[in-house]
Amino acid sequence: MDFVTRGFQGRPRGRDDRLPPGQYLTGDFPVLSAGPTPGIEHHEWELWVATEDGTRHTWSWTDLMALPAETVTVDIHCVTSWSKLDTEWRGVSVDTLLADVETGADYAMVHSYGGYTTNLPLEDLLDGQAWVAFEFDGDDLRPEHGGPARLLVPHLYFWKSAKWVRGIELVVEDSPGFWEALGYHDYGDPWREQRYQGD
Amino acid sequence: MTSTEMPDWDGNLMAGPLSELFALDVTAAVVRCRGCGASAEVATLRVYGPDPGLVGRCPGCDDVLLRVVRTPDAVWLDLGGVTSLRVPAPAAGGPAVPGAPA
Repeated sequence: MDFVTRGFQGRPRGRDDRLPPGQYLTGDFPVLSAGPTPGIEHHEWELWVATEDGTRHTWSWTDLMALPAETVTVDIHCVTSWSKLDTEWRGVSVDTLLADVETGADYAMVHSYGGYTTNLPLEDLLDGQAWVAFEFDGDDLRPEHGGPARLLVPHLYFWKSAKWVRGIELVVEDSPGFWEALGYHDYGDPWREQRYQGD
Repeated sequence: MTSTEMPDWDGNLMAGPLSELFALDVTAAVVRCRGCGASAEVATLRVYGPDPGLVGRCPGCDDVLLRVVRTPDAVWLDLGGVTSLRVPAPAAGGPAVPGAPA
């Protein structure tokens, strides 16, 4: 029996199809913070990547601006149930940052100014899935939304898109970050509604 | 360093989820910060949240003192930023209190 009705295949993906289970649409951009907003000036900003053998790569703001940047339009989904469609960001792909980094690590612990951390499989930061974003909607990323630069990993719940990113630690073994250690899911796929541990 | 930015909440916001864990009102408890050594009533903490969770920071140094997350089926508590939690209790008397110094 054919469960697919004629005309269903190839239909453009509508708004409802882009809303993961348990989410609602918002036109706002809510601000959720676990601490005070760090005031980081461009001249003092630095991004580092550390590999499992201790090798450290760093980029100043000027270095970051010299790298090829991309403009991407993506949907974002917060674990607190709001989703925002067609958000426009500009940033440097993590693929670009890691192009010359040799590692055998399978996981990443992302560190932020202010002490926040979040863990992800390294493969979720690669292949055009993640950026270090510094513009939102055509303007400099505002500090309350993670400026000067935040991680952007739109296919996972937005707590993985660490605001005020300062470092990516490549590690052989996974360990939980700030929220993952306190009841939130290790991976956080919104389409599988992985909000809490055990989901 | 203490931020000049003030969060929207203080420690009284933690009274609800903490009441599911403790029989006493923990907002009156005094916690000692592992980072700077300052003592503060839970009610006076700088609290960020309530979502994804409540984060209570030291009024002295902004370090994270305690965090509380209420998931659908559990309360998660992290007291990693404090060295002690002193809860006011009725005067000890009569029968020996378990755990009290002899």
